Amino acid sequence: MNSLLRTLLGRLGGLLLTLFLASVVIYSALLVTPGDPVSTIAGGAKPTPELIAQIRAEYHLDDPVWMRYWQWLSGVFTGDFGRSFVYKTDVLNLIAPRFGVTFQLVLLTVVIILIFGVGSGVLAATRGAKVDRAVSIATSLGMALPTFVVAILLIWVFAKSLGWFPVFGEGAPGRDRLWHLVLPAVSLAVMFNAYISRVTRSALVAQLHSEHVDTARVRGIPRARIFRVHVFRNASPQILAIAGTTIAGLFAASAIAEQAFGLGGLGSLLTEAAARKDLPVVQLVSLLLVAIFVVLNAVADLVSALIDPDSVASGRQA
Amino acid sequence: MSVAQLAQGSVPHAAKRAARRDAVFTASVVAFGIIVAASLIGPWIAPYDPNELYVGPVNGVVSLAHPFGTDDVGRDILSRVLVGAGASVFAPIAIVVLSTLAGALLAVLAAWYGGVLRGAIARVVDVIFAIPGLVLAVLAVAMFGKGLVAPVIALSIAYIPVVARLTQTAASRELGKPYIAALRVQGVSSFAVCFRHLVPALVPVVAAQMAVGFGYAMLDLAAISFLGLGQQAPAADWGSMIASGQSAILAGAPEQSLFPAILVVVTVLAVGIIGARVTVWAEEKER
Repeated sequence: MNSLLRTLLGRLGGLLLTLFLASVVIYSALLVTPGDPVSTIAGGAKPTPELIAQIRAEYHLDDPVWMRYWQWLSGVFTGDFGRSFVYKTDVLNLIAPRFGVTFQLVLLTVVIILIFGVGSGVLAATRGAKVDRAVSIATSLGMALPTFVVAILLIWVFAKSLGWFPVFGEGAPGRDRLWHLVLPAVSLAVMFNAYISRVTRSALVAQLHSEHVDTARVRGIPRARIFRVHVFRNASPQILAIAGTTIAGLFAASAIAEQAFGLGGLGSLLTEAAARKDLPVVQLVSLLLVAIFVVLNAVADLVSALIDPDSVASGRQA
Repeated sequence: MSVAQLAQGSVPHAAKRAARRDAVFTASVVAFGIIVAASLIGPWIAPYDPNELYVGPVNGVVSLAHPFGTDDVGRDILSRVLVGAGASVFAPIAIVVLSTLAGALLAVLAAWYGGVLRGAIARVVDVIFAIPGLVLAVLAVAMFGKGLVAPVIALSIAYIPVVARLTQTAASRELGKPYIAALRVQGVSSFAVCFRHLVPALVPVVAAQMAVGFGYAMLDLAAISFLGLGQQAPAADWGSMIASGQSAILAGAPEQSLFPAILVVVTVLAVGIIGARVTVWAEEKER
């Protein structure tokens, strides 16, 4: 247990270092960006010298680089996230309401992936060659169906032709919201479903062919119990590690579904801010997405470790 | 996107089984060959000027004059798909080539020198891995403006971790083989060992990785264009055409989005099969 604790502490240190370095990379984006941010902040009008001076003072553009980075980073920790160049409001005010939409979209997508992705992987591994073949053809196709293609197909069939689902926007919170998020979540889930299905299948098959499962069979343990205790449990750390990385990536990938269905989430905010060169917004949303990605990966590692400590102690080193 | 980072070069058994079948493999090569040829000569074989408005009806259906129909401002969709094929196919190739050169270089350096350099490279790779490819591409657009150049460079960087990790594993394994030690004992120079023996031995692994990476690069880049940050109007690539066709879908005319979408899917499927075949070849070579 001691070595496990040490490994996990090492991982935590590596995680913080990675996050810090990523924040430096994201912040330096502002510095190497060609063009003067003053023109973005002032908007279309030609700014007067007084206005330029006022803007430069307000956004601390004349301070040295390390000082501006320090102010930005300490701001991130104290709740001062900077101001949008375009909306002239605190970045936090822009992000807070949109985070909920993205979070709910990702949550619904994860539910779909856990049911259909893991479910079809289990079926492929346990229900014979025919089912395995059918699932493998479906996943081969699924891996080539990106979110934006599935999105336009769903809009065409279920929103336009059949009229079952709304086409645009996130709707009012509650049941209406869920209704609006079904198609975006499905479009986001298809490719990841295929991937998780394959990972699940191959992890299970590896266990099914292992010696300890043969031994359990010979001992006459019921099939269902063998599957639960000896197969699924041993395969789960591997499935979880990949599922964690997948879920972590969904927060960034949701930008595409949000764009296709006109949802006001984090991804559409990031896209819009990038198009308008609103760097404070781009930086903070990017940092948030990176933090989510890194932390969820670490959580998946941790959960895998709790299920099967050996996989961490003997596994890949951070 | 993150799927590329997840894949880590793994090609599933089902795809390998399909790729071993000559009919499937031949069909994939033919399909990919036609698409590459069309992207090379697209501008010359396009029946209409891709940007000329109202050469046909608004949201026109498939017809002899317009085999793929016409879009929401009456432009010929087949001509736009043909001319847009250049950016759609060659930008991902640029990403694959750039990321492979950079990633393989880092991997060989790390495997060859080890120690502090290996640690530093691993740290750099970890940091890049922590930033999802899509986020890095959007960040690049925010810095350098819309268009394909910034996303291509950003995605080339984003793909380095997968290439570097995979190639480094292969390079370390190769360097551990007895014949390398034998060459060194014989006094063959380090340079010769590296470039005459190590690098050629890595070719199958790297080639397989490139074929697999192309599919992901194409999807990521099409996604960037779909978001409106890549190829800018009036020029088009398949991703931006899919996005601009969304309003036509709501008017009951899916052609504008559908045809480029089919081309993206067919290209990715074909390259996936070719990649699986190359992987099978690389694995047989390893044995």
